[in-house]
Amino acid sequence: MLPTRRIPTLVSRPRRSFSKPFQRHNSSVAEPPPAGGHLPSIANSKLLRTTRERSLRTQGLSWNDEQAESTTVRETRKMNVYQAVRDALSIALTKDDNAVVFGEDIAFGGVFRCTMGLAEEFGRERVFNTPLTEQGIAGFAIGMALMGHTPIAEIQFADYIFPAFDQLVNEAAKIRYRSGGQYNVGGLTIRTPTMSVGHGGLYHSQSPEGFFMGASGLKVVIPRSPIQVKGLLLSAIRDPNPVIFMEPKILYRSAIEQVPIDDYTLPLGRAETLVEGSDLTLLTWGTPVYHCETALHMLNDPPPALAPHIPESLRKAKIELIDLRSILPWDAAAITESVNCTGRLVIVHEAGMTAGVGAEIAAEVQKRCFLRLSAPVKRITGWDTPVALQYEKFYIPDAVRIVDGLVETLAY
Amino acid sequence: MFRRPFASRGIRRSIHLGTLPNSHSPIVSSLSFFKSVTPDGGIIPTFRVLDGVGRPVEGAQIPEIDEPFARRLYENMQLLPTLDTVLYQVQRQGKTSFHMTSHGEEATIIGSAAALELDDEVLGQYREMGVLLWRGFSVDSVMNQCFGNQEDTSGKGRQMPVHFGSPKHHFHTISSPLATQIPHAAGVGYALRRSDRRSRNIAACFFGEGAASEGDFHAGLLLASTIPSPTLFIARNNGFAISTPSTEQYYGDGIASRGPGYGIDTVRVDGNDVLAVIAAVREARKRTLEQGRAVLVEAMSYRVGHHSTSDDSFAYRQRTEVEDRKRIDNPIARFRLYMESQGWWNATEEEELKARLKADVMKALKRAESLPRCELGELFTDVYAGEEPWNIKEQRAELTGLLKKYGDSWEPWRTELGRFKNKGQDLTSV
Ligand SMILES: Cc1ncc(C[n+]2csc(CCOP(=O)(O)OP(=O)(O)O)c2C)c(N)n1
Ligand SMILES: [Mg+2]
Repeated sequence: MLPTRRIPTLVSRPRRSFSKPFQRHNSSVAEPPPAGGHLPSIANSKLLRTTRERSLRTQGLSWNDEQAESTTVRETRKMNVYQAVRDALSIALTKDDNAVVFGEDIAFGGVFRCTMGLAEEFGRERVFNTPLTEQGIAGFAIGMALMGHTPIAEIQFADYIFPAFDQLVNEAAKIRYRSGGQYNVGGLTIRTPTMSVGHGGLYHSQSPEGFFMGASGLKVVIPRSPIQVKGLLLSAIRDPNPVIFMEPKILYRSAIEQVPIDDYTLPLGRAETLVEGSDLTLLTWGTPVYHCETALHMLNDPPPALAPHIPESLRKAKIELIDLRSILPWDAAAITESVNCTGRLVIVHEAGMTAGVGAEIAAEVQKRCFLRLSAPVKRITGWDTPVALQYEKFYIPDAVRIVDGLVETLAY
Repeated sequence: MFRRPFASRGIRRSIHLGTLPNSHSPIVSSLSFFKSVTPDGGIIPTFRVLDGVGRPVEGAQIPEIDEPFARRLYENMQLLPTLDTVLYQVQRQGKTSFHMTSHGEEATIIGSAAALELDDEVLGQYREMGVLLWRGFSVDSVMNQCFGNQEDTSGKGRQMPVHFGSPKHHFHTISSPLATQIPHAAGVGYALRRSDRRSRNIAACFFGEGAASEGDFHAGLLLASTIPSPTLFIARNNGFAISTPSTEQYYGDGIASRGPGYGIDTVRVDGNDVLAVIAAVREARKRTLEQGRAVLVEAMSYRVGHHSTSDDSFAYRQRTEVEDRKRIDNPIARFRLYMESQGWWNATEEEELKARLKADVMKALKRAESLPRCELGELFTDVYAGEEPWNIKEQRAELTGLLKKYGDSWEPWRTELGRFKNKGQDLTSV
């Protein structure tokens, strides 16, 4: 019930232009020092590729056109996340006559503006509103995919994916297997906005990715930025498996990058190392990527208020920050390799702890890296309660909780 | 169990062709399809007693109401938009996170509330604040919920604004996921019938024409008709589900056409005519109780406001369409004209009422915004009853430890803690 065109900012999160950023590139904006000290926010995150050069150097990017190898002729355009979604959808609709886009309220642009103008551009037969039924939307999409088409369906909020759970878990995930490989719904993509915005309460803040972890046959992807959104969404659409693509809704407007305008994909099933390090692996996905970035700053250069809690000896610690991106199947090889090197793993996610995705990763990592571990795998997550509106800032893991967990794990 | 087959022209009964094993469906020899549920094959009519300017429609039976009752109706129909307007503004000022108005649906909501018994169990969608107002849920209680302060008795500040709930007012707590309350209502009705003290009550379930597309709608009506349960379903057909017009929501004849599919008594009523709503819902309630089975009312209106504070409806509908609707048919004005024609209301009273309601609402607003939230520890309560599981205990302790460490020194946390009753000390000082 919170279709929002004005996605409010999460917290009046303090901003800063760093003097010693860990991923190099400069876009300092002079602002008065905010209450919490000088720290990065999503808006000025150094993880965002805001120049053409950095954008074109995106790891793993593969062009999907004739001049495949060339980057020199490539152009980029400034986009936020909802524009990047729209761009990917537009490419899919242009290149694949069988592609259709549908869901609740998508014809006028969708409550998060991701499908703006697509109905006008591609016609109502290919871009259309559905009646209000998630189970119907998923089932209908599965039917189209069974016929070899490319349905790209939207579930208005990830919190409302549960009426479609049966269709996704019992049907989409299992069709290939139960038909001995004769039928499949590889063309199916379900897009859905996920995670918290700071005031969504129980039913506009959830991160339900963990509920799909046991549904082998499905893929689950959560991108962190416009470049990632476009490349991963195009991969999801073209992947020969049904994919649930969860878009962190706070990022729709706040994360901005220079995005290549051509058709490109980024690999599914691969994590991406955002910051290299050798002392601890910090693993996350979606919105908390940016809280982790802030936490790394707090660790390296703590604001006075936090300094007493961050031992000098740990401030130089080299933290490896990894964006998991693909939640199912997840990149066990990359995480194992990293943890085998660092000996320490901290996992951050917004969903509650119990049976969250972190649980699965922790179990697997302790098996694969047992002798290399110098500390227990730490999970920094939402609590095992529903997401409570007025309490949300103490529910969603923030940078302080993350830095505290880093210190604890480093000092173990 | 077949009572009344769909009536349709062209079906000729023929007794000598025999019968079917599981149905009383008459056997016929002519092939004939049908798609209407009315005897004449037309669109389901809409019941109305007052015309657009509050005059009784020819032949209409005005439901019995006396002057005090009429005044109460009117006051509530005015209180609802007074609150809505203020709460909408308050959200715009950033003081609350959200609001949804009932503009245009005052007659549907207040009228149905007035036709129910005060202790009938109500399961709403979210746009039914008026039912609570009718039942005496105070303006303070409304404000406290919307502000999520320590006096939010609906949900301790856990839910978004307009997610009211009050067992005392027999109003079940609102849940954002659409249509989930519809099958609940069937179960509630069944439970009422099984409780001696409550067997004179029914369950009344409100939902939008959009929500009626969910599978839960079918499940709920199917169960309440088949099992059966004394549950009254009230569909608010306001023409929109966010941006989606009802013309894209269903191909059939609205929500009412589905009632006969479940074999239940069904009526469509002009939702902008509060007296028609009262007449229809009173009769529907009576039937629900007498038959102990589901009944369906479809109230037709128009969502004059935006879907919510997160929506700008002029992105998908013409401003003039809304203005025209407001002018042509305002449910409040319609009833006011009727009241005036009875000599029950006049311009002076109108002015006085508006001033008084505004003052009441502003006073409640001032109070609500000055109150802190509940104690922070309420984040962890009410997950389970009985013994609290270890994980909840440990997580409370973990947050407590973090607060002790950073709660004073880290300014963003300190500021946030300041918004809670006792500033987090319920956790840190034990
Ligand atoms: C299961 C589910 N899907 C989607 C939503 C998002 N949503 C909130 S309100 C709404 C429209 C509901 O329209 P309708 O039932 O006609 O009620 P109205 O708002 O018109 O009163 C939608 C799609 C939701 N809350 N729950
Ligand atoms: Mg509606």
